[in-house]
Amino acid sequence: MATTVDRLHPRHIGWLLLALVMVTAPHVERVPWWLTLLAITLLAWRLYISLYGLQLPRKWLLFLIAAGAMGGIYISYGRILGRDSGVTLLVIMLALKLLEMATLRDAMILIFICYFLVITNFLYSQSIPTALYMLCAVWIITATMVGFQFRTLQPGYKRQLRSAGMMLLQSTPLMLALFVLFPRVQGPIWGMPQDAFAGMTGLSDEMSPGSVSKLILSDAIAFRVSFESQPPPGNRLYWRGPVLWDYDGYTWTAPRVPYLVQRNYQALGNPVEYTVTVEPHSRRWLFALDLPARAPPRGHMTNDFQLLSQTPVINRIRYDMASHLSYRDNAEPAGYQLKRALALPPGSNPRSAELARKMRKAAPDERAYVTAVLGMFRSQNFYYTTTPPPLREDPVDEFLFSTRAGFCEHYASAFAVLMRAAGIPARIVTGYQGGELNTVGNYLIVRQADAHAWTEVWLKDDGWIRVDPTAAVSPARVEAGVAAAVPRTETLPLLRGEYAWLRQARMTWDSVANSWNQVVLGYTQDRQRQLMRRVGIDDATWQSLVTVMFVTAGAVTLVLAALMLHKLRAARPDPVTAAYARFCERLARRGVARHPSEGPDAFRKRAITAHPELAQPIGSISELYIRLRYGAAAHPADTVQLLREVEAFRA
Amino acid sequence: MFRFADFSPSASRLSPLASRLSAPYRALRSHIDRWLFQLRGVETGSIVLVQRRIFILPSRHGMFYVGALLLMLTGSVNYNLSLGFVLTFLLAALGVNSILHTFRNLARLKISPGRVQPVYAGDHAHFMLVLDNPGALDRFAIGVTRDGKDAVYADVPARQSSCVSVAVPAPHRGILMPGRLTLFTRYPLGLCYAWAYVNPDVRCLVYPRPEAARLPLPLPEAHAGQGIAYGSGQEDFSGLRPYHPGDSPRHIAWKAAARGQALLTKQFSGRADTELWLDWQATPDALGIEGRLSRLARWVIDAHAAGLSFGLRLPGITLPPAPGNAQHDRCLEALALFQSGGQPHGDNSR
Repeated sequence: MATTVDRLHPRHIGWLLLALVMVTAPHVERVPWWLTLLAITLLAWRLYISLYGLQLPRKWLLFLIAAGAMGGIYISYGRILGRDSGVTLLVIMLALKLLEMATLRDAMILIFICYFLVITNFLYSQSIPTALYMLCAVWIITATMVGFQFRTLQPGYKRQLRSAGMMLLQSTPLMLALFVLFPRVQGPIWGMPQDAFAGMTGLSDEMSPGSVSKLILSDAIAFRVSFESQPPPGNRLYWRGPVLWDYDGYTWTAPRVPYLVQRNYQALGNPVEYTVTVEPHSRRWLFALDLPARAPPRGHMTNDFQLLSQTPVINRIRYDMASHLSYRDNAEPAGYQLKRALALPPGSNPRSAELARKMRKAAPDERAYVTAVLGMFRSQNFYYTTTPPPLREDPVDEFLFSTRAGFCEHYASAFAVLMRAAGIPARIVTGYQGGELNTVGNYLIVRQADAHAWTEVWLKDDGWIRVDPTAAVSPARVEAGVAAAVPRTETLPLLRGEYAWLRQARMTWDSVANSWNQVVLGYTQDRQRQLMRRVGIDDATWQSLVTVMFVTAGAVTLVLAALMLHKLRAARPDPVTAAYARFCERLARRGVARHPSEGPDAFRKRAITAHPELAQPIGSISELYIRLRYGAAAHPADTVQLLREVEAFRA
Repeated sequence: MFRFADFSPSASRLSPLASRLSAPYRALRSHIDRWLFQLRGVETGSIVLVQRRIFILPSRHGMFYVGALLLMLTGSVNYNLSLGFVLTFLLAALGVNSILHTFRNLARLKISPGRVQPVYAGDHAHFMLVLDNPGALDRFAIGVTRDGKDAVYADVPARQSSCVSVAVPAPHRGILMPGRLTLFTRYPLGLCYAWAYVNPDVRCLVYPRPEAARLPLPLPEAHAGQGIAYGSGQEDFSGLRPYHPGDSPRHIAWKAAARGQALLTKQFSGRADTELWLDWQATPDALGIEGRLSRLARWVIDAHAAGLSFGLRLPGITLPPAPGNAQHDRCLEALALFQSGGQPHGDNSR
């Protein structure tokens, strides 16, 4: 039934294309260039067809393009049904569908796909700007849908936008009710594509100093921490991450199987209490200050005090944590562990080994040796930079004897090698160091740029103790962060925060983003339970939540319906008609009801006959009414008079 | 288009077997029609679409929409996308909201029948409906359909009225009523289909279809019966023409026929005191009632077009000769209503 009103107008195509471009534009940075080009070509083709009223392309041609695009996607991504490839495929199919559709009915399906594409964007980003942008996109899509419904009138874009905006606005209360009350479940229902949450971290479970000649200083946020009380000073903020034990002469790696037996240490002083909100990074690491007092829920602590989540961190998670900043590790490690912490590949870095032996001989004990090595870093011309020269063979030798420039990885690695060569068990701890205090929201921001590596050595009397060789070279790195440590000639655009107002603006923004993360994005099963408890629903099961949700949604809808249908009433009758109606009603109670066909004059006569005692008011009111309704020039004063008399008429 | 077949009170789609088996079904159906759909036959005057008269169901697109939302909800749950939940619930609320909007687009409309021009049988009658919007809200894309296939649309701005013209086929002469019409709308989102049945009391006169063959008008006759008795006595004979079926036997040139020639009809002209009578009796019996009425209709139209003064004689009805549009209308009406008993027909069987 493709009638003329069902045909697509170029105007409809224009709106659809706008909606489509809006929802797909953020994907452009993530898809291969040729797919962007293909999508743009297809959209432009459709626009051209519609503007010049040409025939739609043949089905087989579209089929060929679809098959080609699918092949290309498979080559680019190595899969079809992953997250990225799936989204890309959806975009291409949408563009092809656009070239195939001819009626408004088809166009409606496209609208629904557009809505769906909005959600695919949230897989990549759920920040406030994304949310605002997507809100605009939803507005445009809805306006497009509204535009499809007109039949005779050609609506202006303003009417479409206003209509859609108004409807979305009216939908907000119900949306909020559903959002708060819809029962949340923990974790994925079924397996997700493997690439669902790829690449979001600055840490790794291996480290090859010298392989990268430039430290990537990403200001992406690793996690945020809010302390119960005053945050500890910057040089105590060591956020423990993966611990690297094994060295092959070039690369440090973490053990494949972590030692899970939990170990105890002797805490000195009260623990620091704080809450960590970790950004998703798709690994199992959780972060806590050295040393964590306990394992977070759904996580555990390894033998080397690393916190691991049971499942990869694919969502922003929040946990309460406590740490002892002062501690004493008094347990005896197993022999095989110490052996592992002493292993060096034979023949690698010979000059360093030689240096270590020499220095160890000169030092009276292990502790003095550690101090001597740190002193060497401090007094000789080692310097801190984020752009060190690359290191090739025997990187530690090269670093110690020729380049002498590097960042935490270089120093930690060199230090650990010098320790092991001198017979002192050593391991490298990676994680984050420091953090930026957000004074607006009073919490600490730890960024990927704060990633750090330090060492731990085992001394017979003290157990494992932390030694940060970078601090010896560049105390500023540890005290005030990487931005303070690097020379001014190196560019660090935003991290440095040279302008106070810019810094303040960034802090405010991050504080808002943090609230957004906590309140909106972090609205999980736990938060929902908490909220329900606060309103008096203990032990909210999904059944009780669903019940509450439906009742609330029903109430919200009823209120909305009442407000909307209220407007339906015909315009309020004018005061004269209303007053006369009141008069008739009062007479009706006296047994004289006016017939629908009865004129006011005839009614007056009948009423006076029935109630002669009321002849005066009945006559007067009727006469006023007749004059106001049918008279040539009614005076406003008559209206007032009529109202007064009807009011006085208590028949 | 979303069809409401399952809710339509029409039983015409039932197969003969099914209809034989489904007497209880039909009884139930008619009960539902009366109770739920408030079908009470023809209504006179203006009809206000009160809430009770408006029905609303998700359209086919609405079903798709719900499906898309379910998909989005599963995606949001699986990937734990908070903004996915926000979007899904916003769209769900939008869907609920669109029910109200669509309903409101139709509610409290006032429908009054407008004028309707007579048509010839076989044509389409165009029933005008005046849609009156007393409220303060603009109404858009209100459709009116008779058979669920073709629809006409109108927009009714606030405190204004619009006209729609509903084409109804008029197969037979007589009085035609539009039957039950469906007013519907999907505005503003197309996710819901709201509809109301109206059966306005408006009648269209359907004239008999004029015969396609353009036969000459019958011969004018002298003042019926007594014309021959006075004056010059003879009609002015103007010539002969070939016989056409339907010519009065009185005007056939029987003498020429007796000579073995083809049948010829005598033609007369120039008589001031003759009158043109379009007479039922002058049409051959063989045509049947409808055929004879068709021929008379053709004659009425031709005579009117030629500017003649003419009268009409039907069994039991005599319209004296007169010229002009009024006579034309009067005669065609008489033909339309001839022996029909004045019963309207149309879709009232539904």
